[in-house]
Amino acid sequence: MHVLLFTLILAAGAFAAGLLGSLTGLGGGIVIVPLLTLVFGVDIRYAIGASLVSVIATSSGAAAAYVREGYTNIRIGMLLEVGTTMGALVGAYVAGLISPNAIAVIFSLVLFYSAYRSTRHREEHISTGPPDKWATRFRLDGTFPTPEGKQHYFVRGVPGGFGLMFVAGVLSGLLGIGSGVVKVLAMDQVMRLPFKVSTTTSNFMIGVTAAASAGIYLSRGFIDPGLALPVMLGVLTGALVGARLLAGARTLILRRIFTVIIVVLAFEMLYKGMTGGL
Amino acid sequence: MTGPAAGSRWSDEQVEHFVGNLLRYGVMTAAIVAFAGGIFYLLRHGGDVVAYHDFTGEPASLTSVTGVISSALALNPRAVIQLGLLLLIATPVARVAFSLVAFIRQRDRTYIVITTIVLALLLYSLMGFER
Repeated sequence: MHVLLFTLILAAGAFAAGLLGSLTGLGGGIVIVPLLTLVFGVDIRYAIGASLVSVIATSSGAAAAYVREGYTNIRIGMLLEVGTTMGALVGAYVAGLISPNAIAVIFSLVLFYSAYRSTRHREEHISTGPPDKWATRFRLDGTFPTPEGKQHYFVRGVPGGFGLMFVAGVLSGLLGIGSGVVKVLAMDQVMRLPFKVSTTTSNFMIGVTAAASAGIYLSRGFIDPGLALPVMLGVLTGALVGARLLAGARTLILRRIFTVIIVVLAFEMLYKGMTGGL
Repeated sequence: MTGPAAGSRWSDEQVEHFVGNLLRYGVMTAAIVAFAGGIFYLLRHGGDVVAYHDFTGEPASLTSVTGVISSALALNPRAVIQLGLLLLIATPVARVAFSLVAFIRQRDRTYIVITTIVLALLLYSLMGFER
């Protein structure tokens, strides 16, 4: 296939992934690597590099809007970024040591887990106090805007949340994804943050986490400009269009479709990884 | 893009507003540079045959910050795209650097330490591999 045609088809595929990821709230980043490797036959190392770059673009673009609305807790983000960036550096190192087939197997497990989480009902457990020792030490408690005015929230489980963030960082650096699923899990269930705060703060951290491993991928030659560009622009415009459409969209059916796609990709990744087909 | 008003301390709201702008303009600039490089690249190499199945890595001019900048200035199309991608990677790094300045102005010692650690890890990743 020629470069021009390949670039256009790739950009269209990435656009669809960004659009679906944004409309369903599951993020497009997780399907980019399977799409590139399984459908387009791209080496998984180039695929991870391109995916990382697109993750930085979409998360930074979305974070720009959220931060100004006052939902993002910058202190929580900053503190947890210590964990995610350390994890991301570790993940990027490990990615250079293990075989592409091993990466594919780990990737499939994360896909299965993401599909499982997307079918679960997300429960909000806002903490009303008393204040937690670590949260007070790091001044993490905050407020977020509601129609009835600012609502206060307390933060719990800081050490546990920090540990899970390290894991999220490792997965991000190893697989080139945003690891939003793990981040949100840590902040919803362990740290007891309100949805709006955990979602936007997770998104805020994704860009920094991905940037930490992107430097290493760049120096290893895993980021190919001709491949990363159409993927990045496709996912970014898809996500922006998705955010515009979100107001009136019926996301439940889309969520189911996207979940099925993720499961299919997970099985294929697992099969290819186990049989050494990548 | 203007910075928070010059006062002795910046409020959290002012910092949030500036960070939002920084991220937005960073992504826009990066996308425009990379897109321009992409047009160049397709005009020159659109008819080449695709070879992403085999991993060969990238040439040295595309794998280091200094290499990318010098070959982009020489208008190598792939290097111009890579410069755009580098600007994109630099956007969150700039956000962290700005947060550090903000915490210094707020005299928030705990967060000055935390932000310095994150910034050091990011710079290590980007610069640590310059050979």
